[in-house]
Amino acid sequence: MLGSGLLQGLAVTAKNFVGSFHDPARLTTTEYPEVRTKLPENYRNFPFLVSENAEDPMGTLRCVACQICEKECPPQCILIEKSKDKKPDAAGKLQLYPAVFDIDISVCMSCQICVEVCPFDAIKMDQVFEIATGERFNALLLDRHGLAKPNSYYHQIHPAEAAEVDARLAAERQAAEEKARAAAAAKTAAAAAKAVAAAAPAAPPVPPPSAAPPGPPNPGGSA
Amino acid sequence: MSLSWAAGDSVLERAPLIVRDALTRALPEPWRWLANSLLAILVIIGLAGGLFAGLTLVERKLLGRVQNRPGPNRAGPGGIFQPIADGIKMLTKEDIVPRAADRVLHFAAPVVLLAFSILPFAVIPYGRRLVPVELDAGVLYFFAAGAATELAVFMAGWAGHNKYSLLAAMRSLAQLISYELPLLLSFVPVILFAGTLSTTGIVAAQAGWKWGWIPHWHVFSPAGFAGFVIFMIAALAESNRSPFDLPEAESELIAGHLTEYSGFKYALFFMAEYFGMIALSAMAVTLFLGGWQAPLPFLAVIPSYVWFAAKLGGLLLGFLWIRATFPRLRLDQLMRFAWKFLVPLALLNLGTAAFWAATFEWPGALQLVRWALAVGLVVGPFVLLGRRLGAGYAPRTYRYA
Repeated sequence: MLGSGLLQGLAVTAKNFVGSFHDPARLTTTEYPEVRTKLPENYRNFPFLVSENAEDPMGTLRCVACQICEKECPPQCILIEKSKDKKPDAAGKLQLYPAVFDIDISVCMSCQICVEVCPFDAIKMDQVFEIATGERFNALLLDRHGLAKPNSYYHQIHPAEAAEVDARLAAERQAAEEKARAAAAAKTAAAAAKAVAAAAPAAPPVPPPSAAPPGPPNPGGSA
Repeated sequence: MSLSWAAGDSVLERAPLIVRDALTRALPEPWRWLANSLLAILVIIGLAGGLFAGLTLVERKLLGRVQNRPGPNRAGPGGIFQPIADGIKMLTKEDIVPRAADRVLHFAAPVVLLAFSILPFAVIPYGRRLVPVELDAGVLYFFAAGAATELAVFMAGWAGHNKYSLLAAMRSLAQLISYELPLLLSFVPVILFAGTLSTTGIVAAQAGWKWGWIPHWHVFSPAGFAGFVIFMIAALAESNRSPFDLPEAESELIAGHLTEYSGFKYALFFMAEYFGMIALSAMAVTLFLGGWQAPLPFLAVIPSYVWFAAKLGGLLLGFLWIRATFPRLRLDQLMRFAWKFLVPLALLNLGTAAFWAATFEWPGALQLVRWALAVGLVVGPFVLLGRRLGAGYAPRTYRYA
């Protein structure tokens, strides 16, 4: 009959009204500034730079100023200037470092392309979303000091991803060391063979003293 | 009956008048009358304004709960200062007058609207002795004053010199005038039963209880019930309430005829809408729900104005409940509903009312026949007209979704 649908609708809203008082499953609002929901692990918004060590963020940036992210960034919000000198990176190898690394957060569109193209796992996505400021330009233009965050922080916000990155970096370092060791061994072997060829009666070759291995990667950071 | 009259003279019942007389006793006679009238006006405006503020809060809380969220809860404990915050916001907003606007009309429209929305409050009997103005044709005055608000709506649409607000004002007028007809027709049965146009007379006609427990309210007769439902539907449309709020459909138009209004002038329109809603609800209580009469004899101990307030509050909550439930109608659906359904039903209801009034004296078992006939006269046209209204419409099937 005409009007029965209207009564059904009224019943639905009445049920919701009453239910919202006694059924917590209905009233799902969390009152944000006081109560916070845990962000999903894959939540991401703006990039940050990973540094190995919290005490010395500028010295242990993974970034080597290769500028791939700067070129790939669709809205071109990244500005990098290479350093003139080189510093040893976390692996002890001499590398360039970014003298200037600016990201304009007001331009960034959170596409994560910089993270995907970075060959050094030096730039990752952050979860800080409360970045509203009263100031329009400078407060949203982050320099490398503002962008640098330790690896331990990365472990906090994206644990699974960070563990995977650390494992991969450790494996790469291991492989690099073994390659270096093998190259050194081959070199000494070749030298020994040459020496043997030069002077037949010679002492058996001693194993070469391997170069002091760089410290094991510091997955947890020191913070 | 003796109990109700005893209660009618209790101190609690006379409390408002005692307070008033205490305040104005010192004045000489002509001034005393003036002071009493001014006091009544002040109390009405204060109460209506307070009810408006409270109603906005209750509405937002209730809508929130219906939509499974807490509603406003930041200003004060539980959000009770939200109306004050809203008022301050509206007062401090910039009042923009378009350069091409007719400045006088632009200013006058909200004032006129508010004035005409307050006028109807004068004839409502709020309690046994609380009638601000006793008019012999109080009901007529009420609806005449209420209908004058349509003038203000058109003034608002015209004054802005904006074709969209002018079109919206014309659409609003079409709606308001279309629903004026069922509104006026719906309460004619009440006038027929009570035999008077005076609001106090209509309330007095609903006094007493059948068999000691069924009140003689007009809503408890077939024609009265149909009239009540039609009245409430038309009142929704007359006060621009959802689901008939398309004159200023917030989510679709830029406030319709209020496009060129901002700041406190806009708040006045908002206020007038609520005043209209409150006044029409108060009139529905007076016409159909027995006014200030208590529902049961022993409950007459509670003062009459409390009963009036309770019934008024119930109807206003009904308005909010309806707003929380139904989606907005389209203009053509609105017109179709008014002219093809409400108006014929209200006209047929006149016949039912005449039958009901003529057969009042039928004895004994014939009363059952009378009830059956009257209910048939109400339900039959409703079903038949409803079938015609819904003909050709089936539940929509979504083929591709």
